[in-house]
Amino acid sequence: MTTTQYRVIGSRPVRHDGADKVTGKAIYTADTKLPGMLAGFVLRSPHAHAKIISIDTSEAEATPGVHAILTNADFPNVENKIADLGEGSVNLSYLSANCMAQQKVLYRGHAVAAVAATDVHIAEEAARKIKVEYEVLDSVTWVLDAMEENAPLLHEDIVTDSMGEKADKPSNIPVHLHFEKGDAAAAFEEADGIVEREFKTATVHQGYIEPHAVVADYNEDGRLRIWTATQGSFTCRQQTAEILQIPLGNVLVTPCEIGGGFGGKITVYLEPTAALLSKKAGRPVRIAMTRADVFEASGPTPGSFMRVKIGAKNDGTLIAGEAWLAYDAGAYPGGMIGPGCMCVFSCYDIDHAIVDGYDVLLNKPKTSAYRAPGATQVAFATEQLVDEIAEKLGMCALEIREKNAVKEGSRRVDGPVYPPIGLVECLDALKQSEHWNTPLDGPHQGRGIAAGFWFGCGLKSSAACTVNSDGTINLMEGSTDIGGSRTSIAMQLAEVLGLEAEDINPQVGDTDTAGYTDVTGGSRVTFATGMAAYEAGRDLQQQMRTLAADLWDCSADDITIGEDGVFSGNGKAVGFKALAVELFAAGEHLVGRATVAPECPTNGFGAQIADVEVDPETGKVTVLRYTTIQDAGKAIHPSYVEGQLQGGTVQGIGWALNEEYFYRDDNTMANASFLDYRMPTMLDVPMIDTIIVETGNPEHPYGVRGVGETPIVPPPAALANAIYNATDTRMTELPMSPPKLWKAMQSEQASE
Amino acid sequence: MKEFDYLAPESVSEVVSVISEHGDRAKLLAGGTDIIVQLREGLREADVVVDIKKIDEVTSFKYSEEHGLSLGAAVACYHLYEHPKLSQLYGALADSTHIIGGWQIQSRASVGGNLCNASPAADSIPSLIALNATAVIAGPNGGRTVAVQDFCTGPGRNVLENGELLVSIQVPAQCNNSGSAYERFIPRNEMDIAVVGVGSWVRLSEDGTIAEARISLGAVAATPLFAEEASASLTGKHPSEENFAAAGELAKQIATPISDMRGTDEYRAHLVGVLVKRTLTTAAERAQN
Repeated sequence: MTTTQYRVIGSRPVRHDGADKVTGKAIYTADTKLPGMLAGFVLRSPHAHAKIISIDTSEAEATPGVHAILTNADFPNVENKIADLGEGSVNLSYLSANCMAQQKVLYRGHAVAAVAATDVHIAEEAARKIKVEYEVLDSVTWVLDAMEENAPLLHEDIVTDSMGEKADKPSNIPVHLHFEKGDAAAAFEEADGIVEREFKTATVHQGYIEPHAVVADYNEDGRLRIWTATQGSFTCRQQTAEILQIPLGNVLVTPCEIGGGFGGKITVYLEPTAALLSKKAGRPVRIAMTRADVFEASGPTPGSFMRVKIGAKNDGTLIAGEAWLAYDAGAYPGGMIGPGCMCVFSCYDIDHAIVDGYDVLLNKPKTSAYRAPGATQVAFATEQLVDEIAEKLGMCALEIREKNAVKEGSRRVDGPVYPPIGLVECLDALKQSEHWNTPLDGPHQGRGIAAGFWFGCGLKSSAACTVNSDGTINLMEGSTDIGGSRTSIAMQLAEVLGLEAEDINPQVGDTDTAGYTDVTGGSRVTFATGMAAYEAGRDLQQQMRTLAADLWDCSADDITIGEDGVFSGNGKAVGFKALAVELFAAGEHLVGRATVAPECPTNGFGAQIADVEVDPETGKVTVLRYTTIQDAGKAIHPSYVEGQLQGGTVQGIGWALNEEYFYRDDNTMANASFLDYRMPTMLDVPMIDTIIVETGNPEHPYGVRGVGETPIVPPPAALANAIYNATDTRMTELPMSPPKLWKAMQSEQASE
Repeated sequence: MKEFDYLAPESVSEVVSVISEHGDRAKLLAGGTDIIVQLREGLREADVVVDIKKIDEVTSFKYSEEHGLSLGAAVACYHLYEHPKLSQLYGALADSTHIIGGWQIQSRASVGGNLCNASPAADSIPSLIALNATAVIAGPNGGRTVAVQDFCTGPGRNVLENGELLVSIQVPAQCNNSGSAYERFIPRNEMDIAVVGVGSWVRLSEDGTIAEARISLGAVAATPLFAEEASASLTGKHPSEENFAAAGELAKQIATPISDMRGTDEYRAHLVGVLVKRTLTTAAERAQN
């Protein structure tokens, strides 16, 4: 545990963007209005899978008020080039075809044409007049069906890449991953107890409140300006430039305030379309998705099929693991199977394990990242099996986790050896918690626990700070702020300089203004951009030390900088502000800067406790009490850490109990609205209690670990374990919605 | 959404003449919580939208012990559950109006609109049927009345002919020993559509047995249903869990639910039994108090 006393870090200042957000003054993309701006509307495929025979836009073009119409013919041909998006990479031809369908539509909602008109109603009416002739093809939306030899094939040119070896004929499986550690087969022979089950999870969506929106203004000089809701303005710039085949430097992306992303606002969907409409019309164009568009045509997270097996000795030592995982990729390759494979046994020190993973193409929208992408699915499987084998061996669910928890030196199945981590500390906090030590108090109630892990990455970040004449600072950084990061970054700068959080004016810059910064994702912003701000502060201090030496008539080496930011030397001791004012008066003005690219993952572990009550007549689950415990390394702004823990948990509860893409017989989505895609409302969850564990990350000056993603990992498993505890019914399929749980309880009763 | 004209006549006869003229191209606007959404999403189309909220008899309600409740078609939901006396007399309607959407919706949406929209899953219709309500209709050929249980003819369809509008809903007067309740099953706890909804009404005799009962089911057929046999089976019986469960079994027999994203047919049929039992229990408790 870290014991350092900080002045600013660990306090809870009001966020810098708070007043604007609560008074409705914050500018979101859909608030942006430019002179002469047109409204865009995207025409989308009604079919799950079809060949585009022809597109006739003549009638739409003749509609009064229409300024431009776009089809796939307007998009440049992009080669099969792989672009690095910061958190994952993407093949540009697929990215482009996902923005505007080429020869085929691959899912309902796939864009086929777009119209820009004087208002959105005219644009929509005109779009309806575009005649698209389709040849409807057989489609597939279940991962195991899509893997069949005779399944409808999405891409003729994709063959399975099995750890570098290419198959000889096309299939819907672009990637087969395989990881091995020790000798799993032999270890299962040695095991005293083995449990194995098959699990299914449904496709779910991030459900951010703000639908995707963009304003694009294509200038006659070839400069393109974009205002958008994005998790990464620099990756948005890169994707847009590459798809449009224009120089990167010609594109300026201004990130507006963002109403949630959770991983779903990294890929571009509308930006190239809006840019080309603007180019054709000679006017700025705004496009905003409807909620149905968001569900049908942005990037949900994979549904999955998993078969997982674990073996243990009688003393509870887990010795063998085996997993066979198939995840939806959606319509284009590049799903979340990689992290799924790496996370399936990531919380337990199992000597012998073997993991096979398959990325599977099917007629759903291309999947995207969603908070610890790929980890929640496998936790649903493994964390239930750990409970089950504990029961088999007569152990407590917590005891078996404590016995097998990974710690410094444990090797994960995909190779890495953990540096100092905090799972054991989280389990200890769970054991000591008031929740764990308070018994349940009614019939039909149950309690479950589960652990979770997410890597947390570093990547590239930049920060620059300009010192004002009064000693306050304007901090320029490039991380679009989803969870209060402006403040948590500013606090780290304030800490190092000996200032207050309020002395810093943090600003999220556009791509012409801020230094290169990777996406807001991977739980990296407070860690990496915070580190950049810290280093920029150090840079300022070094500059000031040199200048102060001149002023104070001594050598820079004679001047020390204290933990409180006070400069001392030659008999003087002056704080940052006073020295900055003095230097400015002496004709000096200061800009500090830093770029960082930390490589080590921050390794966020957590554990959760869920109490439920199950209505025996209807199968409806009420979450009675919930505690989320997580190692934050060091919580910079505890309220925002708690917010991340609560938000991730609530999303996990929704995933567990009711959320799913429900497909009709023709493989089109039946519930593309918030009414029927049942995310939890505030009446569906109790207050989520949080316990922040702080083990300190040696890779960060203040010990920060990423916290944003891990909290969504345990909930489905913790709730499934709680449901089992309440009903003796093991739920192996998500969502554990009332009809399914009722049916499973009926079967359980019948088998007794 | 296409452009349309907006009219706000001040009398029922004016409305009748406008909608007679425009036929299907005219749509009535009460709270607007269904029609605006439907127009925006292209589910319905209109040349003219006729706002009926400028008309007194459509926007007012009154209760008398002799005639019961006369509820204007455009009276917003909250009036019912916030009214101390009406919410007690018409427990089922208070239950229904309290769970249709959230506060904002309840401040605009009306029971009359909910009835005319004729959704099989409408939350107020089973309550109206259980309470034996009557629809009061005006039209080019004068007025007529139709029992609410006969008002809906299919999903989104009702008995209103060209030029007709629902003016009010007449709900019989209640006595001290009657009680009613509505309950729906939803996977969440608010902002949801009934997987199954059940409204029940009972009147008790002096000896505590059931003198009369009415049970209505929502979301298990193309229209909300009056469960006649199940209702009649309770006459003369004691209000007990066993008798209520038996009525639930009878009610299940008229349910012909579908399987969709909200639930399977098997699950819905099961829920009919559960909710009939639960609503009868609440209704009997309310009748006893």
